[in-house]
Amino acid sequence: MTGGTAIGEPNTTAIVFFFIFVALTLSITYWAARKTKSTEEFFAAGRSISGRQNGFALAGDYMSAASFLGIAGLVSLSGFDGLIYSTGWLVGWPVILFLIAEPLRNLGKYTFADVVSYRLRQTPVRIAAAIGTLAVVAFYLIAQMVGAGNLIRLMFGLTYETAVVIVGAVMLAYVLFGGMIATTWVQIVKACLLLGGALLMSVLVLAQFNMNPVELFAAAQEKYGEGVLAPGALISSPWEAVSLGLALMFGTAGLPHILMRFYTVPNAKAARQSVFWATGLIGFFYLLTFVLGFGAMVLVGRELITSVDAGGNMAAPLLAEVIGGTGLLGFIAAVAFATILAVVAGLTLSGAAALSHDLWVSVVRKGHADHGEQLKVARVATVILGIVAILLGIAFKGQNVAFMVGLAFAVAASGNFPAIVLSIFWRKSTTNGMVACIIVGTLTSLLFIYLSPTIQVDILGNTDALFPLRNPALITIPLAFIVGIVVSLLKPEPEALQAYDKKERQMILGVPAE
Amino acid sequence: MSSDTAALRSLAQKRWRMALTLSAVMVAIYFGFVLLVAFNKEGLGTLIVPGLSAGIVLGALVIVLSWAVTWYYVRWANAHVDDEIARLNQSNGGAQ
Repeated sequence: MTGGTAIGEPNTTAIVFFFIFVALTLSITYWAARKTKSTEEFFAAGRSISGRQNGFALAGDYMSAASFLGIAGLVSLSGFDGLIYSTGWLVGWPVILFLIAEPLRNLGKYTFADVVSYRLRQTPVRIAAAIGTLAVVAFYLIAQMVGAGNLIRLMFGLTYETAVVIVGAVMLAYVLFGGMIATTWVQIVKACLLLGGALLMSVLVLAQFNMNPVELFAAAQEKYGEGVLAPGALISSPWEAVSLGLALMFGTAGLPHILMRFYTVPNAKAARQSVFWATGLIGFFYLLTFVLGFGAMVLVGRELITSVDAGGNMAAPLLAEVIGGTGLLGFIAAVAFATILAVVAGLTLSGAAALSHDLWVSVVRKGHADHGEQLKVARVATVILGIVAILLGIAFKGQNVAFMVGLAFAVAASGNFPAIVLSIFWRKSTTNGMVACIIVGTLTSLLFIYLSPTIQVDILGNTDALFPLRNPALITIPLAFIVGIVVSLLKPEPEALQAYDKKERQMILGVPAE
Repeated sequence: MSSDTAALRSLAQKRWRMALTLSAVMVAIYFGFVLLVAFNKEGLGTLIVPGLSAGIVLGALVIVLSWAVTWYYVRWANAHVDDEIARLNQSNGGAQ
């Protein structure tokens, strides 16, 4: 017992719900495995997912344990400041809808590199895009695996290493045998569980406040002062706020595991519908995190939350215990576990697509790989990534990896997003320009984060940091755009220019018969 | 063929105009909020009624407006783009 909570002890309800979830998802995988016979089925679910289903799956891919546990914790400890993240993580979705979703669906097969490299020279663009993809996937995977290890250790009483291996093994079973079909349905099941769980908790919290959120906020204000309802210390400078906002808004549109989902629907119209659903579901979820965060602040109290986990990550499970006993705690614990499993599966699949489709099939084999070989390579790449995920999880044990998701968003916003936008919208973009854009965006965001206070002061313990901003997007996004444009203008590529009309036609009209 | 290309070009331009306008609207909404967070902390802390600060209302409003803009685009595209794409694909017939 840690100060009056059952967290940290094996919880029968949690274990039962977890086994039900794993049994259900593995039977889905068994069903999906029999339908997964081609590369198109493995990476794109045979383009058979409907707009609404894909909307739920997108929401499942996006609502990671970081946003469920992390934002609820952040709001419970800092109040209003946590809402900056809630809103920032949503506003990227309309941008995806307007600029990316439909052209991406019409132009590509499995990865966003398909879109950038269309009409350009394949080899250099594919290599650059694979670097951008794998960098984002690696940072995101580290954050998820370390989070999974800690969470499961706290909730199920397993050792950290066991937890990481279980997550890796179950996830590999989904992806390896069931490919995108299984991964999609795991995401849909998980999205429903997570939304259902968050909704149930919100109703139980609000029931104690006459179903009126304002009374809940007023109680928080009474307990911890007016400061909880106003911007506070989390955002230290205006530039920091703007830079974080840029990374959140444009990072979503450069996340490879999100972009990949647009290939699972039959056409651009369905891609459009799926973002509409995803935006609605994710926005609703983030509105619920307002209630959960403030609920935990009032009903659990900051002292208990920080005594269990200094970062506040256990706020939502603690709240579940207070309002629904160990039964609800167990259910929420199992939901959080399922959430991590599903996100890790999506990440692994997108990393495997970059390795096999972009690097092996397009670069090494120059597009001359038959279907059997493509599928075999895809599965080998999946196994490699699964093992890498487990090793990374164990290697980063005990490290503070909260900044890893920020890193993933910064690389996605600075490396991948500018290249996708320029190659779609700008006729004069060239091979050299897009390669320079991805490489400069990726490397400068890595470099600036290394030089930032997050690494230099918080982790290495130095007194000063060379680069003042914790989030580099304010500098690196414009820089990547400028480099992409200048390099393209320096040496025009006539073949690429000529091919733009064909690209534009396909981008608007799609490929009528596939 | 040339009238087909012209129709395609005008459809493309119409779509990009709408996409860029709505993206600008989203950027304005969100960065309006972020700039208030950055430069007007007291203003956002103003209580409208006890328990409800201007900041919380605006934060929730950003989420609701994101929905509204998304809904508007989907409705617009369903009404103005899909038919034209179908028509162009039809007239393009067996060419593909």
